[in-house]
Amino acid sequence: MRPMPKPLVFAGLMTMLFLYVPIIILIGLSFNASTMGVAWKGFSVHWYQKLLADSSIIEATVNSLVIAGISTTCSLVLGLGAAMGLEKWRGRYSAWMNTLIVLPLVIPEILLGVALLMAFVLWHVPLGFGSIIIGHMVFNLPLVVVILRARLRKLDPAWEDAARDLGATSWQVLWHITLPMLRPAMVGAALLSFTVSLDDFVVTFFVAGPGATTLPLKVFSMIKTGMTPEVNALSAVMVVVSMVCVGLSWFFQQQAPSSVINNAQSS
Amino acid sequence: MVLGVSLANRGLYGGIEWVGTLDNYRRLADSLIGVIFLRSLFFACMTTMACGIIGFPLAYMVARAAPRWQWVLLTFVMIPFWTNFLVRTYAWILILRADGLANGVLLQLGLISEPLSLVFTDFAVALGLIYGYLPFMVLPLIVAIERISPELEEAAYDLYASSSAMFRHVVLPLSKPGFLAGGVLVFIPSLGAFITPYLLGGGQKMMIGTLIQQEFLVSRDWPFGSALAFGLMGSALMVWFLVSRTWLGKDLS
Repeated sequence: MRPMPKPLVFAGLMTMLFLYVPIIILIGLSFNASTMGVAWKGFSVHWYQKLLADSSIIEATVNSLVIAGISTTCSLVLGLGAAMGLEKWRGRYSAWMNTLIVLPLVIPEILLGVALLMAFVLWHVPLGFGSIIIGHMVFNLPLVVVILRARLRKLDPAWEDAARDLGATSWQVLWHITLPMLRPAMVGAALLSFTVSLDDFVVTFFVAGPGATTLPLKVFSMIKTGMTPEVNALSAVMVVVSMVCVGLSWFFQQQAPSSVINNAQSS
Repeated sequence: MVLGVSLANRGLYGGIEWVGTLDNYRRLADSLIGVIFLRSLFFACMTTMACGIIGFPLAYMVARAAPRWQWVLLTFVMIPFWTNFLVRTYAWILILRADGLANGVLLQLGLISEPLSLVFTDFAVALGLIYGYLPFMVLPLIVAIERISPELEEAAYDLYASSSAMFRHVVLPLSKPGFLAGGVLVFIPSLGAFITPYLLGGGQKMMIGTLIQQEFLVSRDWPFGSALAFGLMGSALMVWFLVSRTWLGKDLS
């Protein structure tokens, strides 16, 4: 094969640089000892120490983790049902249903935010922890469904048929055949929805109400009230956390389904 | 279960409809709102095109890289994709503000004599939008380019096509599904963008996203805000249906 044209490679590398320069600058500045501005005054972890000492940040972090955890778990359970149902069901409206279920992923996030806010207020759902969790489920659920369906479609129905032929009940088929084969996709979906939930700002911003604060909301209010280097440190931490989550999800999704099938065979 | 999920979705959007009355939709025709809407539309179109142009070389490079490198490059593309949008926008404030890095570098080089006001400008908003949504364009493009058989490129070269002719006649036309999918993924969120115009534009020049936020959380005019939101959703869905029902569905099937 012919080598790639040089200008193209150059342009590609420049784009990569464009994507990374701001992130690298951000991380670099988070170690800056200077209190004001961006002039380099020497290396320091002072801002990280300050982060750890700030109880409101710790609280926001805990809130974020709890909200992401609960909304991911619920989305995974409901999403599994929805994915399997949609995959099996070939009714008149199934094409519409397919469109409807990915809708929250394609409309602008701000619409999801205002729609949820109005729905909560009209149905007298108190704004706070619960409303944030429900809000996150609205975008996590489609994400889980899309990923799980992609995997379900690739599964060989012969496994389920064989189990049924051997006299397994529907629950046994689900528990011993379908779920183990879905496991890599489920772990991947869980990690992605956890990351998305952890990172979400717009929807949370609208449905949070006065009481509950998550990490992105905290960052936003810190940016607004005056930019201290603490924000840099906090942002840098969030970048690293996202990287870890992406890495983990790669790792689990790359796992070949064959190993799972082998496990299913041996058990 | 399926029914429950769909009802939840429907219910949430249905909420918009009963609050809106015709009066609020009439206010949409206001010339000021028209200007804001057109500005958002302009920014969204500009962002989409810029992302396509900037994103293509990177996507091609990743799609055609040797397998060993491809994995690394793909990871590098994924990381900004999953990094917090707010954080990535904030990074640009650090670069663009009066005592920021861009001004520092330009002053050092002697290109300017006093700091430019870069942040809170249209330029900053455009830059922020392009930066923010670039990965949404690159990833579908990578998928689309990977699907093009390298043999087609070989064949074009064998027929004495120059590399620019090869790209024009083989790779670019065949990447169309990627451009369309990426275009939708960039266009729709940038039309309703709220964080970028708010933080990098300083909220001075309204965009549809910041206007909706203001109507809901600041002036508390929910019916009018809903009318705006409904207008935005209408335009977003129109773009989506247009693409998915016409070319995209055909090309991807």
